[in-house]
Amino acid sequence: MSFFRTDVPWPSLCTVLAAVFLGVFAFSTFRAELALAREDTLQEIEERKAWDEKRKKLREERRKKKGVQKKKDSPPAEKIRIAFLTQEVEVPPALSNLDPVLTDEGVHGARIAIEDNNTTGTFLNQDYILAEVTVPLGGDLVAAFKKLVAGGHRHVVINLPAADVLALADLAEASEVLIYNTSAPDDALRNEQCRANVLHTIPSRAMLADALAQFLVKKKWKEWFLVTGPGEGDRLFAEAIKRAADKFGADIEEEKVWDFTADIRRTASAEVPVFTQDVDYDVLIVADEPGEFGEYLIWRTWDPSLVAGTQGLVPTAWHRTHERWGAAQMQNRFRREAGRWMTSVDYAAWIAVRSVGEAVTRAKSTDFAKVKEFILGPEFSLAAYKGIKVTYRAWNGQLRERILLAAPRSLVSVSPQKEFLHPVSEVDTLGYDKPESKCGNPD
Amino acid sequence: MKPSVRVRRVLTRAGVLAAFGLSTLSVAGAQAATAYITNEKDNTVSVIDLDKLEVVKTVKVGQRPRGIIMNADGTEIFVCTSDDNRITVLDAETLEIKYHLPSGPDPELFILHPDGRTLYIANEDDNMVTVTDVIDKEIIDEIPVGVEPEGMGMTPGGEMLVNTSETTNMAHFIDTDSHEIVDNVLVDTRPRVSIFDKDGKRVWITSEVGGTLRVLDGESHELIKKIKFEIPGVNDEAIQPVGVRLTSDGKYGFVALGPANRIAVIDAKTLEIIKYILVGQRVWQLALTPDEKLLVSTNGVSNDVTVINVEKLKAIKSIKVGRFPWGIVIQP
Repeated sequence: MSFFRTDVPWPSLCTVLAAVFLGVFAFSTFRAELALAREDTLQEIEERKAWDEKRKKLREERRKKKGVQKKKDSPPAEKIRIAFLTQEVEVPPALSNLDPVLTDEGVHGARIAIEDNNTTGTFLNQDYILAEVTVPLGGDLVAAFKKLVAGGHRHVVINLPAADVLALADLAEASEVLIYNTSAPDDALRNEQCRANVLHTIPSRAMLADALAQFLVKKKWKEWFLVTGPGEGDRLFAEAIKRAADKFGADIEEEKVWDFTADIRRTASAEVPVFTQDVDYDVLIVADEPGEFGEYLIWRTWDPSLVAGTQGLVPTAWHRTHERWGAAQMQNRFRREAGRWMTSVDYAAWIAVRSVGEAVTRAKSTDFAKVKEFILGPEFSLAAYKGIKVTYRAWNGQLRERILLAAPRSLVSVSPQKEFLHPVSEVDTLGYDKPESKCGNPD
Repeated sequence: MKPSVRVRRVLTRAGVLAAFGLSTLSVAGAQAATAYITNEKDNTVSVIDLDKLEVVKTVKVGQRPRGIIMNADGTEIFVCTSDDNRITVLDAETLEIKYHLPSGPDPELFILHPDGRTLYIANEDDNMVTVTDVIDKEIIDEIPVGVEPEGMGMTPGGEMLVNTSETTNMAHFIDTDSHEIVDNVLVDTRPRVSIFDKDGKRVWITSEVGGTLRVLDGESHELIKKIKFEIPGVNDEAIQPVGVRLTSDGKYGFVALGPANRIAVIDAKTLEIIKYILVGQRVWQLALTPDEKLLVSTNGVSNDVTVINVEKLKAIKSIKVGRFPWGIVIQP
């Protein structure tokens, strides 16, 4: 008898095993790369700004002494106009005294990206110009959009809710425009309501839910208690969670709707234990997009329990704990520009404006059709502080990107988790993949 | 049959191979050389005796040390202490800090002109190449380049500097006389390292996110060849080329492939890939011993360096250093 099968030649078996072993070895380590610059304090940010000013002055003096003059014979720079459009919203009642209400989400990301584009533009004789438009509460958004298009803007980056995304995309004036959605996570916009002139640089709810689900399933925490808030966004997030549970093999053991209308800051310790009693689960998943009660579930449940979802461990495109892959540099740059931390909407706006710059540079053209084709084509590749390039899904215009899983003060993991395989791109295990897409966009 | 037996058998074979690798160590016959490795997260430099293949000393240098080079006569070690926003200079003999040089913010990689005096420094978060006079210890110029400059290469005679910028995705060719950019060449996404070959005829540029190596003509800057790496069993996205070293006989080019945990060996004449050498985790920077018998790689995640026998193209030993080894220089 023999331990070894005679029908399999030994050398090839060795090779296969070695390849598998090495592959797994390489794979298991490839997410661990770190960048390590620490975050600047506010004082350091100010010192740096002052230092930059001083250096700029010295630089100018040196150049003057050297007699450097601007070249006059170069042709005028090619202009690429990008718009950032948003509308004021009613400020919701304060639910936490910790976080300021942001009324400027997105625009700082767009500004930094314009700066990046223009640095490249200096060398290619291109000039990127950002038009920032904020429509007042009750103002005419459609008119503002039309005016931008009439002014030559073919790339319009928007921070607007889903209904407005559709309203603008369906205008006749928008047919030869690309709209970049930086804030509406609605899956319908990527499926039955998708539009050929809309790209989504913000992850969909399905992508976020899938990113979280992969991690929880990998940890074998598969029994979930889903608590959903009263809002429409909450309901949609809960839908995405249920879809993810189904997709990755987790179980929703119990589902409850939280519809307490009172501010629960003072009463959470009394209300939450009763609300969460008599449920057997591994993880409580909360769907509370406005942040009305999610934070107050943590530490107040009947059983000692983990909380994830819109609060607790959150799936997100960007987070202040993110420092890998050069992100620490971006965090500091953003804080110098905006005086606050970068959000996912800021990041999405940065990606949108950078996408235009990258496509113009690579396609060597400012022609709208060529730029659009390049962005959705196989050659597009943008480095966006996620360790791998970000690209767009041609079938629905959604950005492919890794999703961060963040606790308030540490980055816990980055999805997709390597155990979930995909024939084309691992990142396509997040959200609606091509075969299940209900979007009729030709690709 | 039990699969575990198969596995054990394979491991035994691997063991035999490893033992064979070690036995070739003594025949490598490298002349005594010393390697200095920056440990990004430990704020230290590890000193390795390449004869004994062991760490002989670890010295504190300052915050977030990354790029590391030596002066022409090998008496001083220059370290980019990035979070201190300056260059720390060590005495190569005593390993004590002698002085600091101004660098501008966040210095990452740098290169010393053959004049031994002019130091060109890439300021990662400032879109600038800072020029510092190391004798007068002052900044003499700043050259605006693309976003997140990093790679710094120079022609052997020092006439031309090539800097790559990670977010702009360009190689900027800078005249070292006028400090003006004379050419900008688009390369693949997130270029990390650029290096001229010994006679200045070719420039090698790696792109980390693009996953490619581009070899350009040193004069015309036209693309000679673009190499895309493919390794069976390794995901495309894990192949992230960073560090490059070329042997002076023009035979080999070595390219560190980041989280693919391998070094690609390239025929420097035909620009064909010869093989991949498995090293530690997240391999970034490389250095050759003066006799070019050994190649050493810094492996950031496994916290070690791998020593490779250049003649046999085989890894012979991994040596544990500090946390997140980043840069490396070997004393002549």
